[in-house]
Amino acid sequence: MIRLSHVFKTFPNGSLALKDVSFHVPKGEFVFLTGHSGAGKSTLLRMLYAEERPTQGEVRVGGHLVHSLRTDEIPRLRRRLGIVFQDFRLLEDRTAFENIAFALEVTGARTDTIPARVTRVLTQVGLAGKSRAHPRELSGGEQQRVAIARALVNDPAILIADEPTGNLDERATRGVFQLLRDINTSGTVVVMATHDLDLVRQTTYRTIEMREGAVVFDSADEAQGEER
Amino acid sequence: MRLLTREALLSFRRAPLLSALSVTTIAFSLFTVGLFGLVALNLRAALRDLEERVEIVAFVLRSTPPETITLASQDIATFPEVLTVTYVTEEDALLRARRELVEFQDAYQDLQVNPLPASLEIRLREGFRDAAHAEAVAERLRGFTFVEDVRFGRDWVEQLDNLRDLAGILGLVIGGVFAAVAIVIIGVTIRLTLLQRAREIHIMRLVGATNWFIRGPFLLEGALKGFMGGILALVLAYVGYLAFRNNAAALNGLVFFGPQHMLVIVAFGILLGLFGSMISVGRHLKGLGGRIDRRAA
Repeated sequence: MIRLSHVFKTFPNGSLALKDVSFHVPKGEFVFLTGHSGAGKSTLLRMLYAEERPTQGEVRVGGHLVHSLRTDEIPRLRRRLGIVFQDFRLLEDRTAFENIAFALEVTGARTDTIPARVTRVLTQVGLAGKSRAHPRELSGGEQQRVAIARALVNDPAILIADEPTGNLDERATRGVFQLLRDINTSGTVVVMATHDLDLVRQTTYRTIEMREGAVVFDSADEAQGEER
Repeated sequence: MRLLTREALLSFRRAPLLSALSVTTIAFSLFTVGLFGLVALNLRAALRDLEERVEIVAFVLRSTPPETITLASQDIATFPEVLTVTYVTEEDALLRARRELVEFQDAYQDLQVNPLPASLEIRLREGFRDAAHAEAVAERLRGFTFVEDVRFGRDWVEQLDNLRDLAGILGLVIGGVFAAVAIVIIGVTIRLTLLQRAREIHIMRLVGATNWFIRGPFLLEGALKGFMGGILALVLAYVGYLAFRNNAAALNGLVFFGPQHMLVIVAFGILLGLFGSMISVGRHLKGLGGRIDRRAA
């Protein structure tokens, strides 16, 4: 589903954000991306949805060669991805329902299919009763669920989550994490960047740790090593 | 298409203050340009009035047969610069002198011999009413053997030329400055709007909206604001025009824009709005998403 080969990223100011990053995420996997702030997690995730281009190396996501994608081809890639952020990024002046419907409308979905699809994902994230609430009327955990519902509404093959629980209390964190696990169980690849090592330790999911732009640990390599 | 219109209109409801600000900005910019246009328009009208008085008079030698003169005036009428040729006979000249020069009425009354020569009065077409063309025509008139002298008030026509040049340069400079100021102000206002809607654009990009889909509502919004600004500018200009006309008796010959000018102003407003939106939204589509991401990271 995702394959990075010898990816380097140098920013225009000369700082090296990614150093020779290579890994492969097969179908159905849940991957944690860990590391300190500035280790390159977000840069790496941005590369997956073509917000950033590698200076060198190859990035393949769900059959798209992201490193050589033309600008007008980027929307097609993004419609196959769901993206979730620490700060939710909802539109404050629209209800939960409208926020999700917006994602369908702007990608040209058929108008008559929109209400049913929005209701389906709202139910999936457990917010069917709050479709008319504005973001400020919702708790942090609920806002993140709306954001996840928006990410899911286009039936993405891959869900990219950049610190999705970074702004949430412990209880909301557990709820959101469980939701992401459920989504993964239904077949969607989940790549989640996080600081929360407790969360990581609770599961046996694959963990990739980054430091100063390089992968310093990958539990998949570890497992392979043990097999050998 | 419905979504496009809805999103464009929503911005007015969501940010009424900013929308009103952009509309008034466009309106005032166009108003300034328009007001200047009005001044230029009236100045030109006044100049045209003056220009119409440009006249070349060719005095005819006494005892030239009228047939020769009639033939010659037909010939002169075919000059490309010439609008009309009027043959003023000696008698006509005397009658006119008696009528117009009231102070000398008595003197002209007692004359035994008419001292006034016959003449050809030549008026020039628009666009040829300047010293250079008048001189060229005068030169050709002097070529006729029966023409004694040619006059066209050279000093006066030259001054008119200068006035015209000055008005033209002044118009270009001031009009250009006003237009530049208008464009800068409109650009700033649109950037403000865009900053306010950066989040929306960012989300649209993330969920995979195409760039054209993102641009659509903004362009429509810009065009709409430009249209409203143009209309408002016309209303303002008309109010200003009425105020001027009613308070300055000397200016009662003042003219307002014709329908064509009004159309041009409104169209210019739409173009301004459209152009401003296009530039700013283009800039956002290139750079902004990344910057927001970095701030969040």
